[in-house]
Amino acid sequence: MPGLVSLVLADARFPGGGHVHSGGLEEAVSRGLASDVASLEGFLLGRLRTAGLVAAGFAAASAAVSANCPSSGTSRARPPLTSPSSAVSGDRRARWAELDAELEARTPSLAQREASRAQGRGTLRAVQAAWPSPVLDGLVAVHPRPHHPLLVGAVCGAAGEPADEAARCVAYLAISGPASAAVRLLGLDPFAVNAVLVRLGPALEAVVAEAVSAAEGPPSDLPAPSAPVLDLMAQAHVHHHRERVRLFVS
Amino acid sequence: MSADHGHGHLISFDPTETEPDHHAAPPAQGRALRIGIGGPVGSGKTALVAALARSLGERVRLAVVTNDIYTTEDADFLRRNAVLPPERVEAVQTGCCPHTAIRDDITANLDAIETLEERFASRDGQGLELVLVESGGDNLTAVFSRGLVDAQIFVVDVAGGDKVPRKGGPGVTTADLLVINKTDLAPLVGADMDVMTGDATRIRGELPVITQSLVEDPSATEVGSWVLDRLAARVAA
Repeated sequence: MPGLVSLVLADARFPGGGHVHSGGLEEAVSRGLASDVASLEGFLLGRLRTAGLVAAGFAAASAAVSANCPSSGTSRARPPLTSPSSAVSGDRRARWAELDAELEARTPSLAQREASRAQGRGTLRAVQAAWPSPVLDGLVAVHPRPHHPLLVGAVCGAAGEPADEAARCVAYLAISGPASAAVRLLGLDPFAVNAVLVRLGPALEAVVAEAVSAAEGPPSDLPAPSAPVLDLMAQAHVHHHRERVRLFVS
Repeated sequence: MSADHGHGHLISFDPTETEPDHHAAPPAQGRALRIGIGGPVGSGKTALVAALARSLGERVRLAVVTNDIYTTEDADFLRRNAVLPPERVEAVQTGCCPHTAIRDDITANLDAIETLEERFASRDGQGLELVLVESGGDNLTAVFSRGLVDAQIFVVDVAGGDKVPRKGGPGVTTADLLVINKTDLAPLVGADMDVMTGDATRIRGELPVITQSLVEDPSATEVGSWVLDRLAARVAA
């Protein structure tokens, strides 16, 4: 049973700026690589097992960082109301800095790093209005535009939600965003596209399980599957935006 | 929408509410006044923004955020026609949903505004006074969120049909200023200006309506005065 935080963060109407990103789908559409429901399903499965798995692993690890505070153990589902001790917050900041560096290393495309930070920044703005918590200061201190999976994990963890909820939230967003973009770009039947998302359920749960398991180990061992075509298309998207129309940021 | 729809009367539906209504809160001090410019495709939003930038640019430290589908084209148009240096124009992509980007999820626009504000605050210590946010062309129901702008102008044009004001919708009905554009075309498209202004005034009550032709008045004098009044009211507040 998901908690309210991960439900709200995974909602397509959450005002965190996600709707202007297509996760590479716009570039794939413009190249004819995604043109109908079947090719969309292949695109989404590939994205789930690469970008989705990386994001899920880091969200789960980040949730563990913010959950590891004295107050969250006693009051589940409630962010700590007082500032954590400086030793705890310093340790947390160091762990987030390590996760940030590891995630950067797994994201070779500058355009994708920018897209992740843009969505993290947008989500942070909405989160600060909804769940203000001093725990997040440590993540923002590492970078004022935190990577999206790290922020989602941090918020879920601070609210007492388990790591798998954070992982499921970002893994789902990795496919629901491009699926929504496909409806807008290709005019696909929304019922068919929604059914694709549901069909990917078992693959999604497998990604969540792998992410949570990996998050129990050191950050250097977090999943690092590569998706060179997605990386190249993300770069090409930005390049083409300067020459002709692109409707999405990524 | 009935003719006597009262915009000035604020009604609380909460029986426990004892405080004065908090609507129309003054904008936060210390940042630029943000004015949204919305309206249907082709009604002349970009031309109005260019006219305002030309006529106010000398007196007011302003910048522009564009949201249109051809973002770079609009931004280029403004740089050419509004004598706006490139660093004063930011273009936003809206993921095929221009109304979402100004209403339901304003993140991309807020990021663009904050980028502009930070750019000019750090440059010469003199921050921006005015940011114009031009929405992508949309339909009659698209309005700006109060979380994004302090005031909004809705632009329709006579070539879109003289029944547009009568159709209403939140843009025509609630915008702080309604501009009926391209009045020079009225005789050519068979639009009855009396019908348009009559319907607009009836449906909007006290809220102002300006008719203009940028062919006849390239400076958009009346709209410019309205914007300056807004700026002055804010300084006085």
